[in-house]
Amino acid sequence: MASNSSGSGSQGRAPQRLRIIAGHLQRPVDVDATVSAAECKAQGGEADVASDGKSVPKRRQEIMKWNGWGYSDTKFLFNKKGQAEFTGKRYKLSGMIIPALKEWMEGTFGTNMQHKSLATPALTRTAVQPPTLNEAFVEELKSTGVPFSHDAEDRVFRAHGHCLHEIFALREGKVGRVPDLVVWPNCHNDVVKIVELACKHNVCLIPYGGGTSVSSALECPQEETRSIVSVDTSQMNRILWIDEKNLTAHMEAGIVGQDLERLLNESGYCTGHEPDSMEFSSLGGWVATRASGMKKNIYGNIEDLVIHVKMVTPQGVVEKSCQGPRMSTGPDIHHFIMGSEGTLGVVTEVTMKIRPMPEYQKYGSVVFPNFEQGVACLREVARQRCAPASIRLMDNEQFKFGHALKPQVSSMFTSFLEGLKKFYITKFKGFDPDCLCVATLLFEGNREKVLQHEKQVYDIAAKFGGLAAGEDNGQRGYMLTFVIAYLRDLGMDYYVIGESFETSVPWDRVLDICRNVKARIIRECKDKGVQFQPFSTCRVTQTYDAGACVYFYFAFNYRGLSDPVHMFEEVEHAAREEILANGGSLSHHHGVGKLRKAWMRETVSDVGMGMLKSVKDYVDPNNIFGNGNLL
Amino acid sequence: MASSTAYAQRDPMLKKRDDFEDILEERRNSSDLRYALKCYTPALYKGVAPCKSSMLKSMVLQSDQLHYVIQQVSKETGRQTDNVQEEVSAILDEMAHSLQLSTVRFFAFTLSKIFKSLFKSIRVNEEGIQRLQQAIQDHPVVLLPSHRSYMDFLLMSYLLYTYDLTLPVIAAGMDFMGMKFVGEMFRMSGAFFIRRSFGGNKLYWAVFSEYVKTMLKNGFAPVEFFLEGTRSRTSKSLIPKLGLLNIVMDPFLKGEVFDVHVVPVSISYERILEETLYARELLGIPKPKESTSGLFKARKVLSEDYGSIHVYFGQPVSVRSLAEGRVNRCQFNLVPRHIPGRPDEDIHSFVNDSAYKLVRAQEDNMVLKPWVLLASLLLQKQAAGQEQGTALDELTAQAVWLRDLSRQYGAFLHWPDQMTPSEVVSSSLSLHRGLVRTCEGKVQLALEHEGGAVGPQSAAALEEKLLSQAVIVLSCASYRNQALHVFLRPALLASAIHAASSNQKQEVFNSFSFLRNMFSNEFILCPGATVQDFEEACYLLVKTGTLQVTQKEVLVNERGHRTLAFLVSMLDPFLQGYQVVCRFLCEEATETLTEKQFIPAIRKFIIKHLLAGRLRYAEVLSSDLQKNSLAAFLRLGAVEKIKGVDQETLKVNAAMVNSLEDTLGGKLPTQKAVVARL
Repeated sequence: MASNSSGSGSQGRAPQRLRIIAGHLQRPVDVDATVSAAECKAQGGEADVASDGKSVPKRRQEIMKWNGWGYSDTKFLFNKKGQAEFTGKRYKLSGMIIPALKEWMEGTFGTNMQHKSLATPALTRTAVQPPTLNEAFVEELKSTGVPFSHDAEDRVFRAHGHCLHEIFALREGKVGRVPDLVVWPNCHNDVVKIVELACKHNVCLIPYGGGTSVSSALECPQEETRSIVSVDTSQMNRILWIDEKNLTAHMEAGIVGQDLERLLNESGYCTGHEPDSMEFSSLGGWVATRASGMKKNIYGNIEDLVIHVKMVTPQGVVEKSCQGPRMSTGPDIHHFIMGSEGTLGVVTEVTMKIRPMPEYQKYGSVVFPNFEQGVACLREVARQRCAPASIRLMDNEQFKFGHALKPQVSSMFTSFLEGLKKFYITKFKGFDPDCLCVATLLFEGNREKVLQHEKQVYDIAAKFGGLAAGEDNGQRGYMLTFVIAYLRDLGMDYYVIGESFETSVPWDRVLDICRNVKARIIRECKDKGVQFQPFSTCRVTQTYDAGACVYFYFAFNYRGLSDPVHMFEEVEHAAREEILANGGSLSHHHGVGKLRKAWMRETVSDVGMGMLKSVKDYVDPNNIFGNGNLL
Repeated sequence: MASSTAYAQRDPMLKKRDDFEDILEERRNSSDLRYALKCYTPALYKGVAPCKSSMLKSMVLQSDQLHYVIQQVSKETGRQTDNVQEEVSAILDEMAHSLQLSTVRFFAFTLSKIFKSLFKSIRVNEEGIQRLQQAIQDHPVVLLPSHRSYMDFLLMSYLLYTYDLTLPVIAAGMDFMGMKFVGEMFRMSGAFFIRRSFGGNKLYWAVFSEYVKTMLKNGFAPVEFFLEGTRSRTSKSLIPKLGLLNIVMDPFLKGEVFDVHVVPVSISYERILEETLYARELLGIPKPKESTSGLFKARKVLSEDYGSIHVYFGQPVSVRSLAEGRVNRCQFNLVPRHIPGRPDEDIHSFVNDSAYKLVRAQEDNMVLKPWVLLASLLLQKQAAGQEQGTALDELTAQAVWLRDLSRQYGAFLHWPDQMTPSEVVSSSLSLHRGLVRTCEGKVQLALEHEGGAVGPQSAAALEEKLLSQAVIVLSCASYRNQALHVFLRPALLASAIHAASSNQKQEVFNSFSFLRNMFSNEFILCPGATVQDFEEACYLLVKTGTLQVTQKEVLVNERGHRTLAFLVSMLDPFLQGYQVVCRFLCEEATETLTEKQFIPAIRKFIIKHLLAGRLRYAEVLSSDLQKNSLAAFLRLGAVEKIKGVDQETLKVNAAMVNSLEDTLGGKLPTQKAVVARL
């Protein structure tokens, strides 16, 4: 076995570890992946990543959009018949017609098929500033053999996340400050070398994982005069070992969510960590932003899942000496790393908890007569601590939105059933279609327990006037999570701009915050001269013992506005102020980045800021990790 | 100091105000019965169904807030929670309204009859009604009418019924409850009753505030209360009371509603029903306890003409915009919202500032009748000692001059332009014939008794005569007071110029600031707005050609003396009054003087001075002025309350009172230490 000749056997324990993995990984592909993981250097820079079954190539532009969400082959469009269609083959919805979408868009936003605002088709290379290279750094970098590039496309790709203003600018072909160089380390040691060189030559490093940030975290600071190097971790994507005795797995931090789950699934495990961005976001990114997954009720959020983290900082490598499940050793150093948003170093390797794959999964949904009842039900579920893997409550607007995204039904029978269901709920049960809202559920576990659990939750729901509304509605709700990001690009083709943002809030304030933030958005838009009624909606997307996570969507038609992005940002700012004034947090899982930095001090107090600042000052005195996030 | 250009934009002359419609006109032309039985379907807040009063009660009883306080009281007193709960229920029963449409219809019918016989017209700005209607549908609404008469709240409900708006629930003083049958009638027309004082009663406060908040938060009905707390007996706006305003702002501050809209309503009576009643009350003739029979006796008022009423529904004020940039709402994040807590200093000052703003908004839209100007002129003449009265045409000419001046100051003057000035004057005089007398073409206040005995009179008779004159003077003063807010700031400046030792601007400002501070219990002067008020006064006086204000100096124009003299005279009764109070405090206040004894004692003192001719202004006898001045001295520390064995006594700082008196009299320059720098 290749592992026996592995160069990284220097750690001594590696051969044993690999034997265990090899024994349990049934598929040869995985063994290869695991083995090659150990052979960091051997792989070199030119390996064809796609053939590894990994989703992210070095040249992201080969499969992904440069100015929008996700894969190039996948998008919403209106076909020749004027019907909305979702292209590609990757998703359940792919290739389907969505008949109600057009009408919904016209009704909600006042869009018009004649009025289009199309994006610049391709990046003009001349729009990108030539790189400011630190020659000495580049020279030494070459000698390490770590692959790098200063190609304009590569650099632009790593200069943004997915905030509205970032995508809007790209669609207009506008490019601001971008990194001067992109490097692709292949393993922890590569990162160590890069950071050493950066310190030596005073180069600014910005770690880059999946690029799904929505906090302006990847934006290069305007005032940065040093050469900026983007450290793309996407090639550090191996599962290094799986420890079945302790149910843990050790991964390189660049691995993206979908690869991680798929690879673990192949050996019968999962992490259960499924943020909505999991197709593209990376493990290192999760750690650096304190991510949260949809199924956190069973598996926990990232801080509950992480056992061990290795981070390369300008002061050296920080990590714990053991994998004890809990320690009383002063403040947990993991909490300096989690949420550091790339300001302290690069997360290179992570040990995470894993679980055997669930035996049985079941979706579900409940319709409530109104949002108040729905929230009361979720609160009761949380009180009884019987939340399913996921439970989400959408408000009426979002419920209607979900309906507009129903694909064309194939049979007469299905459409008849749908009609009957609708009749039952609105006419027979007397639910007002303009008030009712829906909760989507996902249960996991062994079959018997799932069914028992399901009954318990539905019984609680019934006490709050909830009616079970079928598995399909539930499943579609979760599927939409992945396609909804594509929808923004469609909106932008028709003068609609939008964004989502989130918060966490104590239970007693959930209703108030939802009402007030939505109303604030509508009022701000009106005050600022938006001619069309904005789309302002929310869902309660996670439950905790002491509160909930609330997710807002906000979009509007910007026709007739001279500076829509600026206006948009003002409204978003006002919405955040409203959140804070209503007892909501600055962020539940998106992070602070540069977008929400202004509120950090009032969020954590002066002393708190000082604490964070002093850590930064010690770890990175020369601000090598100078992305300017957080502080 | 901001440049005066900032004021050009809010030239009071340019204030845009709505037109009025007479609602009695239709009453006179169609059946009152049909009107009382009309289909009443008001538009509701976000379509919420109105809530039965029993349901409202149970919502209040089940609230977290009340639960918490009940537990707390039970823990503190060792009483059973059931027992406390019962008390809460009892308080709630005593308090709660039980609005019934049938009662409202009854009132609609009877009030139509009464209004038509009492008033020429009831004029309402219908645009204001439309704004209100919109506000009611979008936000919880608080109605803040001015309070000059018992009539106010009936009138408000009557109007809202007429315009098919949701009927308000009204905070009423418990004294109404004394009127057996009427109290219940009021309750059924939407009044809820609060005790006059319950300072220390935690339970009562909790029930009360929760009751109001529940109604407001759910948007069941507009909540109506009087910011001034009680009827103003002087027609001056009273210093706002903050209790209820605090309560209605709380749901917004704590995020329980998106916004609350507050609508100031200005109700101006051409002739106040309680006119002489108030004057007597101010003079210390005790107010009759509200009783049904008393109300019945009052029916003789029904045979008189009370002119017209103007009701102006002001621009709804969003509490959210008031709080914008003023209040950090995050401060409520760390304590559960159902736990009652004293508002912080910044919340208190926010509510206080808002209250002043709202009272000023009320003042601003008060409609002034020509009589108000005439009363001002006649009072000044009387005080100046004109025994013979003023010739009618001379009075008319002066009234026209004052009309123009007041308009330039932004007064909302209702001067019928289609009539000649002399017609206007004589019709005003005839409406108020109880207060003025015209004799051989000369007009004066109706002070002298017919055929008053000449020669020496007993002291008692003299005092009685003085008091009956004072009734007339105070009644007249209450009309003049309606215009005070228009002239107040310029008058303070005029008096400051008068008192200042030089025309240095800083000097004048110091003097202005002193007077403003002195009178801030007497008039509505927004806290902390000294510089703005000074600038506004300068702006107005410069605009009307009275003054020239340079960087350093304030100079009086030749043609400005008339205006200045008028303005100074406007404020003079108050200046003199406060000085007399000073003298009393220095000369007669004993060690054992209590607050209770203060009013009778000073009244005696003032009567003595008036009879001796050392004081010209009978209106100083007003207990309102006396109380306000005492409050001012207490605030300034010139008088202190000392807790005695069984009661509080007043301790006078004679030196300070003395110097205040001298400064008021212009004998001492304003001490720079006590005033802000310009």
